[in-house]
Amino acid sequence: MSRALSQKGSWTNALFVAPYLFVYLCLLIYPLIAGMGLSLFKADLFGGGSFVGFENFARLFRDEVFLQSVANTFYFVALTVPPLTVLPLLLALLLNRTTRVAAFFRGVFFSSSVLSVTIVTLVWRMILMSEGGLASNITALFGADAIAFLSDPKIVMISMAIITVWWCLGLPMMLYLSALQQVPKDIYEAAELDNASWWRTLWSITLPSVSRTIILVAIFECVLQFQLFGQPQLITQGGPNGASRPIVLFIFEIGFRRWDVGYAAAASQILFAIILIATLVQYFVTRKRGVQ
Amino acid sequence: MSASSQKKLREIAILATLVVLGFIMLVPLMWTVLLSLKSNSDLLQSTANAFHGPYTGENYAAITKSSGVFRWLMNSVIVSGLQTIGVLVLASLAGYGFARLEFPYRDQIFLLVLFGLAIPEQAVIITRHQLFTGLHLHNSYPGLILPGLAAPFGVFLMTQYFKAIPKELDEAAILDNASRFKIFWKVLLPLTIPAQATLGIFTFLGSWNDYWWPLISATRADMFTLTVGLSASQINFAQTSGLGYLMTQAVFAAVPILIVYIIFQKYIVRAVAGAAIR
Repeated sequence: MSRALSQKGSWTNALFVAPYLFVYLCLLIYPLIAGMGLSLFKADLFGGGSFVGFENFARLFRDEVFLQSVANTFYFVALTVPPLTVLPLLLALLLNRTTRVAAFFRGVFFSSSVLSVTIVTLVWRMILMSEGGLASNITALFGADAIAFLSDPKIVMISMAIITVWWCLGLPMMLYLSALQQVPKDIYEAAELDNASWWRTLWSITLPSVSRTIILVAIFECVLQFQLFGQPQLITQGGPNGASRPIVLFIFEIGFRRWDVGYAAAASQILFAIILIATLVQYFVTRKRGVQ
Repeated sequence: MSASSQKKLREIAILATLVVLGFIMLVPLMWTVLLSLKSNSDLLQSTANAFHGPYTGENYAAITKSSGVFRWLMNSVIVSGLQTIGVLVLASLAGYGFARLEFPYRDQIFLLVLFGLAIPEQAVIITRHQLFTGLHLHNSYPGLILPGLAAPFGVFLMTQYFKAIPKELDEAAILDNASRFKIFWKVLLPLTIPAQATLGIFTFLGSWNDYWWPLISATRADMFTLTVGLSASQINFAQTSGLGYLMTQAVFAAVPILIVYIIFQKYIVRAVAGAAIR
């Protein structure tokens, strides 16, 4: 029977995958390869350019602005990934029950995730701007000076991280909740019979059973937060003094404001390499789960 | 302290924590709504005025007259809707092909598609932009819709889903001499509706909130999607027609997707859970 199904494969069967494959090759693989090629050229808006080998890459590693953007991006990832891994787990632990109240709060904590970055930045600018922001109204109540959330180079990335955590915590929370729901109920019943304390149940049963999800969330958030762009682009345009310019904003500015496309293509290869590494790690961690 | 009163105390502590965190979560949105209900001149004096009346609906009246938001809203609906349909069609066909059919180099081709999961949009943007310039697709609906169809996540999800369906179903249909397409269409596709819902919700949300590609491709105000339109108002922050007016645009842009979220909340939760298990 299954022989009939797996009869010698023919090209006509590939017709099912052909439409997607066509789009995939044209719009993802071709631009990727062409981008690698382009990164070896000194080229402007109209494509015509001269071959310069790895000169664009050498230039990147001498470019203070680029190096700063790389450092900013790593700093931002370090600021956001720990809270985005831990905070949603705490929320999920509090909300892992079937009551209406829990359902309501799940809705509240996920609501920000459905908003676009332009709405999120508009909303948060009204909180953080030093003149008339909600935060400065509150500090004024206590007679304190407004904190320069967006104009102090030491603070600006922390502000971006706060905004991002607020925006992104819903999805990992949902991932944790679905992991928690797969922990067999009878283990908890057994623990209760043994009079195990709440903390002990948490440490010895709950956390070990979601440990893989914790790792997955951490890697997933790394990949996601490396692609930081909209928050600083919209609120600070990368300032002050480039303190909030991430790699993607660098690529955007070089590629679409200065039209130095060969150079921008080289910078995007670096981003690709970083994300590829993170994705490979994720792939092998997921792999370990076995069956899937 | 008895075990039951200890338990009750813990419940109260949990609820109190949730109320505080939930309030913090919602404060930014409440502040936005408050600002949108104040006249621009009031806010120009001090935004602290937003804590008390008088409140007004004049900003809401103003955007119905002068702002581009309705046009942007329509563009967003068209782009997100068509992109979602396109992804569902392509991913279902390809998922069935990879999961059920044999053809030369199938496994290698599937690996190539998997590799695409590691390609960030930003890494291909320069050359994709040049490609679309060459094809004269910027500032057009196809130009906004097509890139989203290339994302491999849907193909990956659907392939997994088709693989999980028992093979006996197709074998019975083969005995009835049904064609490949008929098996796909009549027998298997109806079974994939939960996966279609998951993929559809993710694609729609992702497309609706996409900022990166429309920012680069749509440069004419009449082809802006809601996200890009709102960013254009925001970038000109200094010369804005008023804080209240700007916040009204934000509320207006947030409301449609929040309504979609509230209506489909159950399915969105299930979609996230489904994607997590896979």
